[in-house]
Amino acid sequence: MEKWSLMTITVLLGLIVRWTVSFGSYSGAGKPPMYGDYEAQRHWQEVTYNLPIKQWYFNTSDNNLQYWGLDYPPLTAYHSLLCAYVAKLINPDWIALHTSRGYESQPHKLFMRATVLIADLLVYIPAVILYCCYLKETSTKKKIASALCILLYPGLILIDYGHFQYNSVSLGFALWGVLFLSYNWDLLGSLAFCLAINYKHMELYHSLPFFCYLLGKCCQKGLTGKGLVLLIKIAFTVVASFAICWLPFCTEVEQILQVFRRLFPIDRGLFEDKVANIWCSLSVLIKIKNVMSPQTQLKLSFAFTFLTLLPACIKLTLQPSLRRFKFALVSCALSFFLFSFQVHEKSILLVSIPVCLMINEIPLMCTWFLLVSTFSLLPLLLKDGLLLAYVVTTLAFLTVCATFFSIFEKTSEEDLQLKSLSLSIRAYIPSFKAFPKIIKSLFIVSLTLMGILTSMSATLTPPQKLPDLFPVSVSVVSCVHFLFFLMYFNAIVLWDSRNGRNQKKIN
Amino acid sequence: SKFTWSSLYFYDSVTLKLDYFKIGTSAPDANHSTDFEVHRNWLAITHNLPVSQWYYEATSEWTLDYPPFFAWLEYALSHVAKYFDQEMLVIQNLNYSSQATVFFQRLSVIFTDILFVYAAHECCKYVNGKRPGKELLEKPMFVLAVLLLWNFGLLIVDHIHFQYNGFLFGLMLLSVARLFQKRHLEGALLFAVLLHFKHIYIYVAPAYCVYLLRSYCFTANRADGSLKWSSFSFLRITLLGLIVCLVSALSLGPFAVLGQLPQVISRLFPFKRGLCHAYWAPNFWALYNAVDKTLAVVGIKYKFLDPEKISKASMTGGLVQEFQHTVLPSVTPLATLICTFISILPSVFCLWFKPQGPRGFLQCLILCALSSFMFGWHVHEKAILLAILPLSLLAVESPKRAGIYLILTTTGHFSLFPLLFTPPEITTKILLMLLFTVYSFSSLRALFRREGPLLNWLETIYLIALVPLEIFCEIVFPLTPWNLKFPFIPLLLTSVYCALGITYAWLKLYVSKAE
Repeated sequence: MEKWSLMTITVLLGLIVRWTVSFGSYSGAGKPPMYGDYEAQRHWQEVTYNLPIKQWYFNTSDNNLQYWGLDYPPLTAYHSLLCAYVAKLINPDWIALHTSRGYESQPHKLFMRATVLIADLLVYIPAVILYCCYLKETSTKKKIASALCILLYPGLILIDYGHFQYNSVSLGFALWGVLFLSYNWDLLGSLAFCLAINYKHMELYHSLPFFCYLLGKCCQKGLTGKGLVLLIKIAFTVVASFAICWLPFCTEVEQILQVFRRLFPIDRGLFEDKVANIWCSLSVLIKIKNVMSPQTQLKLSFAFTFLTLLPACIKLTLQPSLRRFKFALVSCALSFFLFSFQVHEKSILLVSIPVCLMINEIPLMCTWFLLVSTFSLLPLLLKDGLLLAYVVTTLAFLTVCATFFSIFEKTSEEDLQLKSLSLSIRAYIPSFKAFPKIIKSLFIVSLTLMGILTSMSATLTPPQKLPDLFPVSVSVVSCVHFLFFLMYFNAIVLWDSRNGRNQKKIN
Repeated sequence: SKFTWSSLYFYDSVTLKLDYFKIGTSAPDANHSTDFEVHRNWLAITHNLPVSQWYYEATSEWTLDYPPFFAWLEYALSHVAKYFDQEMLVIQNLNYSSQATVFFQRLSVIFTDILFVYAAHECCKYVNGKRPGKELLEKPMFVLAVLLLWNFGLLIVDHIHFQYNGFLFGLMLLSVARLFQKRHLEGALLFAVLLHFKHIYIYVAPAYCVYLLRSYCFTANRADGSLKWSSFSFLRITLLGLIVCLVSALSLGPFAVLGQLPQVISRLFPFKRGLCHAYWAPNFWALYNAVDKTLAVVGIKYKFLDPEKISKASMTGGLVQEFQHTVLPSVTPLATLICTFISILPSVFCLWFKPQGPRGFLQCLILCALSSFMFGWHVHEKAILLAILPLSLLAVESPKRAGIYLILTTTGHFSLFPLLFTPPEITTKILLMLLFTVYSFSSLRALFRREGPLLNWLETIYLIALVPLEIFCEIVFPLTPWNLKFPFIPLLLTSVYCALGITYAWLKLYVSKAE
């Protein structure tokens, strides 16, 4: 069958799964007075449409920042404004100032879901398709399989079409950035990534790898010649794109500062809710929040984050290659997720999407990671009433990956990209041969554990003394997995150039 | 390799089931079709009342109108249902649809679909691939599996609308598969059982009867292929008769003993309904009605007819149940029966005089199903699936049949569109239809790549024109002022346009059989 028809079928399947998930419930459905993320997005449409730009980020009588004040960068605000214009054409009640608070109806839900679908179709899905079509050294079958698996990744679908957010836009822009960089169109890549950051500032998790990779490239070209020219051009592109996005806010310094205050709420503490990150997991044993002052917490998280991501970034700057860049995206984002300040569980998507990009190289580990990342979202999904969607999409994803990539067969050291590491280990422990078996059995154990925890969370009620037992266990289990993956991905980046034969060509 | 493909499509069907689950259970509450309430009612009736009351109970308007085996199926399901939500089993709880009820009902459809998966598996074994493709995706067996399991019509009707057709078609395909395997008695048994689950399958009974009589009861042919009267086996016909009688006794026996047979028959065959279903199945009568209406309009405009004499309803109203034709003669149930009978005669004769083994039988079955769709009384659009699903088996074997299949399936599925009309469902149905259409076209084209194009230019244009038709009916028309005055126009256009395609496919199928 022709590639285009297979790709069309893949896209259609992805769209069908997305649209069916969107039939389900959304965040904060029917829960006054605050509702949830869905209401937040609707409220932003209301605010951006009815109020002048100067007031969007400020606390005024018309704009109560306590009730879902804007806390994403300007591009999100412009997107909400665009949606508001369309909403006005269909039904002005949806965005009427003040009176539309908590508005919920079937047509409105359809409208909101449609906006997510359209944004997805315009930004994320084309990026995925183009990325998969132009993967080098892969058969058509593997390309289609990668596209299908990426499009069926449950985490993004459940958060965007279930819980309700627009992550696909920022992640899509970041993906366009990676795509352009793989063609050496550095300026376009930087532009795309700047758009991503200006849509959701969480993309800053990916900024270090982009920076290090481009810097490394410039250094390679020679800092006194072409490299410097490239560096200046990139810097100019970045500044220009930021300037254009922030143009309406550049009139007063106070405006810019206020936006920053909204984007980075430092006074909100080390973590909120139950998130699969080190600080939350450690707080099971030691109440960190009580032991240290906020300033110390900030410095500690800063220190750990940078400590863990520095090795990969340094290596990337010194020897930039596209493959190392993609792995660095994963390890940096994962370090940020695990150790940073005020992390939300949805930020795991920032790690998952780069992992998706490598699914055809290391199918087993990527599938495993993607399943764990979806599992870590379970408490949030249970709160939103998305258990059924979660179970179905996860099982479908596992089935598709297992069928197309034969993950249970391909567990040799070469497949796991760990050849160089195991060779090094064997230099010290000659009889060490058990990587494939260990990994495979760990995978099965992990899957079983996740399955058990899912069914327990869904069916049993926790004991009185430990009301948060299940969310905390989910977070701790996921955190342990993430630490393991952090070590794994770092190992690949750090060890992979030792054995020259293994290094694939620049992909 | 055989294991790989079978496991692959098993995975495919599992994923499919899971998606069905999501589709089914997440359909918005406001949208439960009446079919949902119908089956809930039947669960309640069979659970609470003794057998003697089943066909008399009439608290709800959705009385039991399927044969007894189906009632027993509902009875069995009701025993599982009580663990989900006791309230759904109370007869008085009309239109009761709690989350647990919906969940259980959808789950039951998916569960019974397992039979359909098994039947598809059995059918795939008998597909003749002309040249074994190296790619799994190009193997005829795989293509057939996907065409059957992901059939758009079945998906829409069973999992969004709610019926148990998957299970029933599973029985039918399984009986076909058994006939292919020369296990005639099993095939006959399965078909007899099927008849007592849903009597609509009586439309294809002639094919079964003639085939079994001709190819099973007469054990040998003469050298030139014609009938050898002396080879008639009394044993075989007795066995067949025994099977049919046993099954009927099991099904209708209890009711015959209670003296309720007339009541059961009257429930099963309600002829009071009109010629055309509310949505006008795209069959011959749709064309007939359209011609009649056109002639009436033309006649009034050019003063051939007296406007006073024509009933108001048929002029401006929509689709009335009792359709009185104005210009052309009115159609009675008997007339439709005669037309159906005449239209299936050629294929049945062909099966008798020139039997070509199981494939000939399958062709005859498809023609019977399609002919009865064309001329039947009060046919529902869903009945087109009775022809589409068996035709899938032939489509993967010959390019000519593949071409006919593409026309029939695309127009048939398109005619199911009016069943889903709420805004969220519109996107779902378009996406699913696109998925199935793209897959069927590209996979069949890849299978028969060396035979040239499957459809000629006229057919291609006809099918492409479905897109503007859909845009007009769903988007443009509702925004025009005519929407209030003539709300039935989109339905009329859809069914007439599809009727053209289906009639064309039917004729072409007959012609190809004659060759």
